[in-house]
Amino acid sequence: MKKLLILGAGTAGTMMANKMRNNLERDEWDITIVDQFKTHYYQPGFLFIPFGMYTKKDVIKPKSDFFPVGVNVIFSKIDKIVAKENQVVLDDGVVLKYDYLIIATGTRTAPEEVDGLKDKLWYKHIFDFYTIEGATALATYFKSWKGGNLVVNIAELPYKCPVAPLEFVFFADAFFTERGMRDKVKITYVTPMSGAFTKPRATKMLGDLLEQKNIEIVPDFNIMEVNNDEKKIVDYGGTEVPFDCLVSVPTNMGDKMIERSGLGDDMNFVPTDKHTLQQKDFENIFVIGDASNIPTSKAGSVAHFSSEILEENLMCAIEGRPFTASFDGHANCYIETGYGKGTLIDFNYDTEPLPGSFPFPGIGPFGLLKVSRMNHYGKLLFRWMYWHILLKGKEMPIDSEMQMAGKKL
Amino acid sequence: MTIKTIAGVNVDVNDEGYMNDASQWNKEVAAGIAAEENVELTDQHFELFEWMREKVANGETLTLRGIGKSGVVDAKQFYKMFPGAPLKKATKIAGVPKPTSCI
Repeated sequence: MKKLLILGAGTAGTMMANKMRNNLERDEWDITIVDQFKTHYYQPGFLFIPFGMYTKKDVIKPKSDFFPVGVNVIFSKIDKIVAKENQVVLDDGVVLKYDYLIIATGTRTAPEEVDGLKDKLWYKHIFDFYTIEGATALATYFKSWKGGNLVVNIAELPYKCPVAPLEFVFFADAFFTERGMRDKVKITYVTPMSGAFTKPRATKMLGDLLEQKNIEIVPDFNIMEVNNDEKKIVDYGGTEVPFDCLVSVPTNMGDKMIERSGLGDDMNFVPTDKHTLQQKDFENIFVIGDASNIPTSKAGSVAHFSSEILEENLMCAIEGRPFTASFDGHANCYIETGYGKGTLIDFNYDTEPLPGSFPFPGIGPFGLLKVSRMNHYGKLLFRWMYWHILLKGKEMPIDSEMQMAGKKL
Repeated sequence: MTIKTIAGVNVDVNDEGYMNDASQWNKEVAAGIAAEENVELTDQHFELFEWMREKVANGETLTLRGIGKSGVVDAKQFYKMFPGAPLKKATKIAGVPKPTSCI
């Protein structure tokens, strides 16, 4: 029996288990998937929790609901990958051998990377919303918060779901307005980028939205430390921003197991060919999702689009053919803008987010770089599609390759 | 692409003033760009440029984190050496492309 081993049963790993079980004969190929946790979190839902729109039960399901029949599942921590020997060592010393390995161990928040972030105010006046613990603690905090300086800070690039902190401040504006206390809350968006986003048109559009919503932006801010006593964040250049409530997007890093395996860059992301998704040094290792260092968003949509590329290329590798699929870096993000409306961006390695309609040119129903009610429904509907279609590796009605049709240059 | 004469050398620059051809770079060119950016160069600056140019030649991306761990300078010193926007200024003077942030 040949062996395909998948490390990580999040969005990317689960999709690959489903896709590859469909492709590979069960009497020829063993497929094993390993993860340390039994719960699958719908991570896009974390954003809604601080504002009381979702609770914990809306974003969790057992991982086992999404594995196909005929895949071995091991719930265990992973010690390391020994790539030269084609094997993976689990925490308890068990050794798993593989012919092909898919690394899908994602990214984690690392608040310890910024001095003073995970200190005495952590989960008292400083929160994150990228973990279920942080999101629920913040929901409780907001229920009785009397107002003050609400500061949202992105510690470092890259970070998961690049639009989420923007959505967070848009939601905060609406949330405190609806509670009749917007005049008591000053919202400040503090980012290491030079504007609201990286690429010109999206930066302009989203920057204008921040201004309309009376949200101040502090750009080019690279955080050095959080001063807990004086409740302020300080950057390397000496700029200080005071806060009463700090919502942090901490540094994102790859799994520590990647570092133990000697397979990561200085943030523990795995150097990966951005088109083939093959690991840079080992032909039988592929990387998908947030775990890789490919220069596109760390987002579920990227994991989804690249899963179709990886499925094809892995079959090429297994059958000894040259790679036929090439990933273009396609990302697609619904952005909540508050008050039941949203916007949408669609882009790849080479094409910045452009205005237009999606997925059908001229028809939509979704508008690119436009604020509409339909875009918000798109985001809400997506949760259903995520659980029922996407994770199971079934086909979604969106091309994995970004389409220019419907976009306006 | 624009040709600009810096310290007597004709260099290819893009519309933001970043050099397109790293091989046209030398210490005098660096000093010329540094003067425009109001940065006074020291030996430590050149030590850092060498480190940065080697990283770029190896296809690696320059980040604040990487430079802070370079062993040449730490992040705080880096800010002092290039006040304001250190990564943008340092790459411009070192004759390497502006780092793109991909998110």
